[in-house]
Amino acid sequence: MNTQALFSQLLIGAINGAFYALLSLGLSVIFGLLNIINFAHGAQYMMGAFAAYFLLQWAGLGYWTALLVAPVVVGLLGILIERTMLKWLYQLDHLYGLLLTFGVALVIEGVFRNEFGSSGLPYTIPPQLTGAYNLGFMFLPIYRGWVVLFSLVICLATWYVIERTKLGAYLRAATENPTLVQAFGINVPRMITLTYGFGVALAALAGVLAAPIYQVNPLMGSNLIIVVFAVVVIGGLGSIMGSIVTGFALGIVEGFTKVFYPEASNTVIFVIMALVLLVRPSGLFGRTT
Amino acid sequence: MPEPLLAVRDLHAWYGESHILHGVAFDVRPGEVVTLLGRNGAGKSTTLKAIMGIVRRRTGSVRLAGDELIALPSNVIARRGIAFCPEERGIFASLNVEENLVLPPVVKPGGLGVGAIFELFPNLKERLRSQGTKLSGGEQQMLAIGRILRTGARLLLLDEPTEGLAPVIVQQIGRTIERLKGDGFTILLVEQNFHFAATVADRHYVVEHGRVVDMIPNAALAASMDRLHEYLGV
Repeated sequence: MNTQALFSQLLIGAINGAFYALLSLGLSVIFGLLNIINFAHGAQYMMGAFAAYFLLQWAGLGYWTALLVAPVVVGLLGILIERTMLKWLYQLDHLYGLLLTFGVALVIEGVFRNEFGSSGLPYTIPPQLTGAYNLGFMFLPIYRGWVVLFSLVICLATWYVIERTKLGAYLRAATENPTLVQAFGINVPRMITLTYGFGVALAALAGVLAAPIYQVNPLMGSNLIIVVFAVVVIGGLGSIMGSIVTGFALGIVEGFTKVFYPEASNTVIFVIMALVLLVRPSGLFGRTT
Repeated sequence: MPEPLLAVRDLHAWYGESHILHGVAFDVRPGEVVTLLGRNGAGKSTTLKAIMGIVRRRTGSVRLAGDELIALPSNVIARRGIAFCPEERGIFASLNVEENLVLPPVVKPGGLGVGAIFELFPNLKERLRSQGTKLSGGEQQMLAIGRILRTGARLLLLDEPTEGLAPVIVQQIGRTIERLKGDGFTILLVEQNFHFAATVADRHYVVEHGRVVDMIPNAALAASMDRLHEYLGV
């Protein structure tokens, strides 16, 4: 067994896991409060990467600015979608939200593919994060280490805000009983709008992080989102810590599978999903009530 | 006679297509404890929800100290100084007792401090870290009442606060309501248990088929027993 190969697959797994975690976290937050399965999440992730690309090409603004600006811009576009379309669907079955956001994703991806084709556009690693550390047993590209670490920090910060602060208490309460929370004097419709914007911004942030690794590609989101939905099903929709843990864990499981049984690496997550659905339909961390 | 704090006129409300309230009208004066009595399905709870703005489709007039509330969303109505304690209590399972207690935002100055609430309901103090829904039914009711006393709202709408509770807890809720009345709170109470209502209220309105059909001052309650039994069918 080649340890070098093992650890580099493990690193790739951790990076994939970081993206799974960021994306499924956003999906969970959105689903919890809006009751909407946001199929546009992959397209919004892609738009985050494109926003970084545009900022660089058109305004000469680099990676660090993009890390801040792209999530805000894409988040605002999300808010526009929520205000004009999603807000009419909250009383209806999940299926309507899923269909609408799926349609939105197709439109967005179609427009980008029409403009930019389906081959990737390059986005270079910021100079501060180029190079690699020699860890002795392997070379760790600095940018990849940064992605894993930064995603982890963002995920844990989100968890902290939702589970341990007053703002998070409003969010949790409104997820359970929005009518009563509003009758206490909270502007719940505005909270819903901002929550959607935040979930979308998380997707866009993941997109910016991904740009230097995977290039900027109109289809980068649709390739990823199916796996992310499997991750969400395994973790249990609506659980914050569940999304984070499951995201990272499944990325690593996928990495291990590439080492030990590469043929299964593309399907292992779906096999786990099927098993979890059989044994615990509400997901590993899902609330059954 | 003082101006009413709450004046409800010709209040209609609908759930979907079903027309539940058919012109409810009554007054609550400052500092009063008033009950809505009536059979199941008469529209008592819906009246509270329509005042609070929780029932979306409603017409007529609800005035708080002269200000019209009928067109406002419930979060704005709450901020005018009305607080609501729902029949199902509405304790949040994903929040612990303390988070539940401090969840409703303070809307006006002059609400009770957390210390004063623990004085009323000492049980809560020992369970602050427990999950809200792990409390007993009585403790959940105390929490549901306690949390709206912090907000500074002076008009409290309590929907069946004694439902399903042991007699000793019902007495505690009764003492709490008296104490709150003494502090100058105005309380509108929906009750099935009219023996309980008789011990705390100044006046009773009888609700039938989505209308207020009678008003009985508490002093006249004994003399009106036959009438009341007919209304309530007991």
